[in-house]
Amino acid sequence: MNFKDTFLNGAQGLFKPQSLTPMQKLVLRFVVVGLVYYAFAAIEGMLMRIYQIQPIESIPDYQYYAILTAHPLVGIFGSTYSIVFGAFLFLVPFLMKKPLWSYKLGNWTFLLIAIGTFTFWFAGFISHFAPLYTLYWPLPADFTQFSPLGGTFFVLGIALVMVGTVFFVINIFKTIAYTPEGFEKQPAGALLASALGLSGLKNLFKKKEERKEHLVSLPVAAIARGTVDTALNAGIILFTGVLILIYMIWHLAGVDLKHTSIDALLYKNWFWWGLDLIADGLVLIFVAGTWYLLAMLITGKKLFMENWARAALFVEMVVSWTVWSHHLMSDQAQPGFLKVFSGEMVTAFELITQGLAFFITLATLWSARPLKMSNELKFLLGGLLGFALAVPAGIMQADIGLNRILHNTQWIIGPHVHVAILVGLTMTLYSAIYVLFPIVTNGAKLYSQKLATFHFWAHLIGGIGMGAFMGMAGLKGMLRRAIYVNGEFNTYMILAALSGALLLLAFFAFFYNIVMSVGLKGVIGIFTPSKLNPKQLLPEEAK
Amino acid sequence: MVDSQVVLSGQTFAYTCYAIAIILLMGWFGIRLTKPAATSVVSKGLFYSFVGFLVVLGVSLHIVTYNTIPWAPMDLNRAEIKPDKVFNITVENHKFALPSEKLLINTNDKVLFDVYSKDLTYGFGLFREDNSMVFQMQVVPGHRNDILWQFDKPGIYTIRSTEYSGPKGAYMILKNVVEVSDLKK
Repeated sequence: MNFKDTFLNGAQGLFKPQSLTPMQKLVLRFVVVGLVYYAFAAIEGMLMRIYQIQPIESIPDYQYYAILTAHPLVGIFGSTYSIVFGAFLFLVPFLMKKPLWSYKLGNWTFLLIAIGTFTFWFAGFISHFAPLYTLYWPLPADFTQFSPLGGTFFVLGIALVMVGTVFFVINIFKTIAYTPEGFEKQPAGALLASALGLSGLKNLFKKKEERKEHLVSLPVAAIARGTVDTALNAGIILFTGVLILIYMIWHLAGVDLKHTSIDALLYKNWFWWGLDLIADGLVLIFVAGTWYLLAMLITGKKLFMENWARAALFVEMVVSWTVWSHHLMSDQAQPGFLKVFSGEMVTAFELITQGLAFFITLATLWSARPLKMSNELKFLLGGLLGFALAVPAGIMQADIGLNRILHNTQWIIGPHVHVAILVGLTMTLYSAIYVLFPIVTNGAKLYSQKLATFHFWAHLIGGIGMGAFMGMAGLKGMLRRAIYVNGEFNTYMILAALSGALLLLAFFAFFYNIVMSVGLKGVIGIFTPSKLNPKQLLPEEAK
Repeated sequence: MVDSQVVLSGQTFAYTCYAIAIILLMGWFGIRLTKPAATSVVSKGLFYSFVGFLVVLGVSLHIVTYNTIPWAPMDLNRAEIKPDKVFNITVENHKFALPSEKLLINTNDKVLFDVYSKDLTYGFGLFREDNSMVFQMQVVPGHRNDILWQFDKPGIYTIRSTEYSGPKGAYMILKNVVEVSDLKK
């Protein structure tokens, strides 16, 4: 096939969008939109990398901070939530061998996340609403700095994403618990108890012969437990959004409410409790679950120490409810007990739970040697390495002594956050995409293995390199939310920007490879309605 | 008191060694995964040893830092420590208001910086002339934000807000306003 034919029809013309079920199309739509928003976040990230070397004249500082506000939200909600929710809305029914509870609700989740992300991104772009994702009180309600109208649309965009998230949560738990038409009655309560780990917890106190078997598979249990944190987080963000919205609407109506009505430290505790359910909750739980699933799919073997893996997922869920105070170790009014107990001690459990997930996944892979170094395997190893680097970096900064000299420096956002997200999380997601690609495309072929190999190495080196150089700058005192106009940290920032450029190139290589694999007609076909039954996950001939 | 630069150097060394070791380990693991092996069973003993290692590491890190980083216990117990000098600083409209043009400190004095915000959440950090950080804390409105510090050697330091408080916050810098001199000289 020549270039034009491949570009229009995909590699070897194998991708036939008309053969896809509505569920396959839904997951592919999530992935396409997730990748487009990844491109948004990556380009924004690159602009900021350049800005850290030399402020760009055409971008004033207030626009820079609007980009800094939108960047993580587009990356987490627009990209990661889209890809993860799409994959899980497909995987839960796939693994439980029954249809998704509501295809319509799944479609609403997709639309609300896609539209909501664009709404808050666009509102921030136009109005320069820039209180950052942390929203430290009373910054989001400081109308001497930010437009209340722009802020209203920004908050509405986030709210749309959260409503879509709530629909996802309902769909996941309903799918686990419900009995589809024509199926034998399923024990809803017992299924939910197994998914959430309650039956496993009861087993600890029972004799061996009285213990109940796990009714749901380990990956479904991981998805369910991560979804609990997703639900709690959506509730906190929605509540906080409404609170900020009240201040904005009253201001637009000509009445300024008192900022002091809300205690800034209490608000910070409340908001970080919710935010941390993403960073230290659902991300870690979903990632561990995905590692287990990928290890089992790649090796075709049972998971090493499965019961420990289940227990670690449960502990991680409970830990994620109690670790928020590590974000407030530099807040002097925060009680010392919370700093030590929640900030240091409980946070250290994440080293244990994530360390267990790391070991169990590696041991499962080891038991199946020799393995072919496939794309999914190499990206899985990259994801494991990312968390092996980022989690200890996080544990170090969650220390009363070290936090005093690390908080809000580039160390936090480099070796911890960006290495965790870009290397740990994103490479795990790429591994999942490579595994799911033939399943959801009914056997489409990857256009170029050379591009996939380049994508892997460029992403791995770029991600670790960027995090490392940011970290070195942080250890030399460079702050994370500041602008340096005299080139104080230029050696590190130039190297970080070069690494960032490698990351961007890696993404373009991957995106081009995927477009050439399914063809332009295929991409368009993903967004046209399917004539097949939405209850069907895969076409009959593919089963 | 040990300078924070010493602690940062120690951390840089420890984390760099760890990062190189884990990257090499994963590289070795990836290569070995593709090679056939006579036995591939991972013993449960190794797993339990690893769990034990993680527990010891997680607990010991904080015990070690608490006992080796001098400002950690001083920070938690600062309410019971009488400072040699107190500086009351206020922040409003993205500006620091100092009690005097320069903050003059003698080496080894225990100095309390008490910073109060009248509007937004800010940060308060002290930086060396090479831009490296001595310490920082958050400045939350409506609450007491105080930090006790002991300088072991002379130096000139810059105050800078370490928390984002809007675009103007990036320019909250008071250059070379803290002077620490050696009392013996």
